[in-house]
Amino acid sequence: MGCNCCGQTESAVRSPEDSAKFDELDRYIASLLEGQEPDRKRGCLIQILHRAQHLFGYLSEDVQKFVSARLQLPRSEIYGVISFYSYFTDQPVGRYKINVCTGTACFVKGAPKVLDEFKRRLNLTEGQSTPDGKFFLGALRCVGACSLAPVVMVNDKVYGNVTAEKVADILAECAD
Amino acid sequence: MKIDSPAALAETAAALKAKPLPPVKLLVSMGTCGIAAGTAPVLKAVYQEISDRSLENAIEVSEVGCMGLCYAEPVLMLVDRATGRRLIYGDVTPQQVPAILAAGTDGIAPGTRTLERNWYYPEFETAAPGELQARIVLRNTGRLNPEKIEEYIANDGYAALAKVLTTMTSQQVIDLIVASGLRGRGGGGFPTGKKWQFAADQKSEEKFIICNADEGDPGAFMDRAVLEGDPHTVLEAMAIGGYAIGAHTGVIYIRAEYPLAVKRLEIAIGQARERGLLGRNIFGSGFDFDIQIKFGAGAFVCGEETALIHSIEGKRGEPTVKPPFPAVEGLWKKPSVVNNVETYACIGAIVRKGAEWFRSIGTAGSPGTKVFALAGKISKVGLAEVPMGTTLRTIVYEIGDGIKNGRKFKAVQTGGPSGGCITAANLDLPIDYEALKQIGSMMGSGGMIVMDEDDCMVNIAKFFLEFTLDESCGKCTPCRIGNRRMYEMLDDITSGRGTTETIDKLKMLSSTIKDTALCGLGQTAPNPVLSTLANFEDEYLAHVRESRCPAGVCAKLIHYEISDNCVGCGLCRSHCPVNCISGERRARHEIDQSKCIKCGVCFQTCKFHAVEKR
Repeated sequence: MGCNCCGQTESAVRSPEDSAKFDELDRYIASLLEGQEPDRKRGCLIQILHRAQHLFGYLSEDVQKFVSARLQLPRSEIYGVISFYSYFTDQPVGRYKINVCTGTACFVKGAPKVLDEFKRRLNLTEGQSTPDGKFFLGALRCVGACSLAPVVMVNDKVYGNVTAEKVADILAECAD
Repeated sequence: MKIDSPAALAETAAALKAKPLPPVKLLVSMGTCGIAAGTAPVLKAVYQEISDRSLENAIEVSEVGCMGLCYAEPVLMLVDRATGRRLIYGDVTPQQVPAILAAGTDGIAPGTRTLERNWYYPEFETAAPGELQARIVLRNTGRLNPEKIEEYIANDGYAALAKVLTTMTSQQVIDLIVASGLRGRGGGGFPTGKKWQFAADQKSEEKFIICNADEGDPGAFMDRAVLEGDPHTVLEAMAIGGYAIGAHTGVIYIRAEYPLAVKRLEIAIGQARERGLLGRNIFGSGFDFDIQIKFGAGAFVCGEETALIHSIEGKRGEPTVKPPFPAVEGLWKKPSVVNNVETYACIGAIVRKGAEWFRSIGTAGSPGTKVFALAGKISKVGLAEVPMGTTLRTIVYEIGDGIKNGRKFKAVQTGGPSGGCITAANLDLPIDYEALKQIGSMMGSGGMIVMDEDDCMVNIAKFFLEFTLDESCGKCTPCRIGNRRMYEMLDDITSGRGTTETIDKLKMLSSTIKDTALCGLGQTAPNPVLSTLANFEDEYLAHVRESRCPAGVCAKLIHYEISDNCVGCGLCRSHCPVNCISGERRARHEIDQSKCIKCGVCFQTCKFHAVEKR
C-alpha cells in the first residue's frame, strides 16, 4: 500500500471487501501515475475520483484521505474538486439512482411534472436518497436523447417519453 | 499491421475496397438515442434472422451511429451496393425484421414505416432535387461502423493526414484553414485558422491541441453523434491540428454523461495506434502525435476554454480572465488550442477538397455547414446539417416537418442558456453567425428548441436562469449574486407578485451583468431574459398587469373551472390527488379553489372538455 498518512490503524478496521476495493483503487492510481511528471500528477485527479466513486458508490472521507495521500495533495483541494462537480458525491446514495433530465427539450415537454411526481411518491427532494437506501432522486441536464423527451434515467437505463402516470411503473420495475 | 507511408495507406484502402462484399449493406442505428429507443432487440432479431436463413453472404450488417432520424428510432437502412438504392425503415420492431430482410432492397415490407432521406454528401455526390441537407460534419456518422477503422480507411480515412504530413508545411496547413474561412462551431464563431496561427507563432517546446467535447448545452447532441458515429474523423483532425501548431499531444475533454462516446473513442484511439496512425513517426514523416482522453464531471462552465483547461489539470473548473489566451498560456501553462468536435469534423474534408470547395458551401461570412439538433415541440426531432444561410423556415417546416399536433409556432430557442429566441417574424432569415447575433440570439453549439403556443416565454427565461444559477461557479459576484436576483424577479413575475417596476429592474440588472461578469457563462446569462423581453414583452406585461399567464403555464396565475359541459362522470374526481373536486353523479361537479394545487390532472382526464383553464 502506498498510503502513508492514514496508517495501519485505519486499514485494520476496513472490511475485507473494502480493502479489496482500496487495493484496486491503488493499482489504478499507480497505473495512471506511471511516467507522469510530478507537477502534473494532479491532472489524473478527476479520473481517479470517477473510478473511486464507481468502486465505492460515493467518496467517503476515508477515500478522500486515501487519494489525498497518494497524490500528495491537501485534502481541502480534493474536497474542493468533489464539491465543485455535480457528478461527485460525498454522501452514500440509493441503489437505484433515478435521474430526471431537466434539459430544455425535456423541460418544454413536461419534465417538471415528472420530477414532481417522483418527489411526491418517494417523499424526497432532489439530491436525496430514501432512508432505506433504495432510491436516489436527482435531476440532470441533458443526456442527449432529446427525441425521447422527457427522459428519466434509472442507473444506466433510459426511459423515454415519460409522463407522470408512468412514474409508478418505473418505480415498480426497481425490484430488489 | 502498421501503415507507415501514404502509399501503404492507399494500398490498404484499395485492398479494402476491392474486397468482395455482400450485395446488400444493412445499417443499424446504434447511437445513444437509438439504443434507448430499443435498437438492441432489433439488432438481435437481425442477427437471428440472418443466421436462421443463412444470409451471411447476402447481407452485411453494420452497426453505425446516429443517422439523425431520431424521431423514428429504431432505424434501419438497407443499401443495394450495385444500384445504390436505399431504403430506410423507421420505428422498427423486432417482429418486423424477418419481413424487412425478406423484402430486401427490391420491395417494401408490408406494415412498416419508411422514411425519406433528404441529405447528400458534398464530398462524394452532388445534390439531387429535394435534398436540403449537406453533410460534411456528419459525412460518416450513421454511414460507417465507428468501431471498425477499416471502414474509415476504405472511405478516404486518414488520407488528409497523410497529405498534410508528407506534402505540406505547417504554415501551409494553417493558410489553408484560414483560406477556408472555417469558424469555431462551439458557439463563438472565432476563425479556426487564426487560432491555430496564434498558437503556431508561440515559441515553446511543448504545445497541446485540445478537443472540447464537453457538450453542455441542453438540447444539443451533435457532438455526441459525431463522437459516437465517427470518432476517427476527430482523431485525424486533431493530428492535423497538432502538426499545424507544433503539438505532439492531443487531449479530448469529454462529458462523463456520454459513456458510449467514450467507449468508441477509446476503441478508435487503440486501433489508430495499432496501425501507427497515432504514435511515433506517423507516415514516416518524423511527426509524433498521440491523444489522451480526460473526463468532465458535470459542470457546464467547463465548456469555457480556460475552465476546461483547469479541469484537465485536476482543478475546480473555474474560468480565468483572458488574456492570457490559451494559445499563449494554456494547459500546464503551454500554448494550447481548444476547438470543438464539430470544428474538427470539418478539417479532413477541407484538406482533401480544398478551401475553395468549402467556401462554395454556405455564406460569404460563414462558409460551410452547421449541424442543428432539433428538439422540443417539433414533429421530426433529430439532427440536421444544412449549409449556412439556410432559413429557419426550411429547417423547422421542411426538415423538421413543422410543429407537433398542429399547434402554432411561437419561437425557436438557439444558443442554449447563452442564446435567445427567434420568432415567426424571422423565419425567413438566412441563418449564419452574424444574422443570429443581429436579432439578439446566437449560433451557440446548434441546439434548436422549438416552442409552440403552449410555452410561456417568461417561464422559459426563468428555466434558463435557474440553469445558470445551478452552473455558476461562484467566482465572480455579478454571476453568483446578480443572476440569483434576476431569478427571484422572474419568480415574482411568474407567481403574480411582479410589477412593471420589476421588469425595469430586470432590464437594468441584465445589462450590468452582461458588462461585468468574468466569463462567457455570466456575460451571456441575461440573454434569454433580454431576448424574450424584446420579443414577448406583452407576455411579461400580461403577467404583471393582469396577473394572467397567456400560455396557461404559470400555476399560480391560472385556475381550473368546470363548465356546463360536465356530465358528472366522476372521472376527474377520482383522479384528483388532493380530493378537491366534489359533485353528485350525473350532476355538474365543482372544484374547491382553496384546496386545488393546479396540477391539471382534471383538465387532462376530462373526456368532455368540461374543465377549463383560465
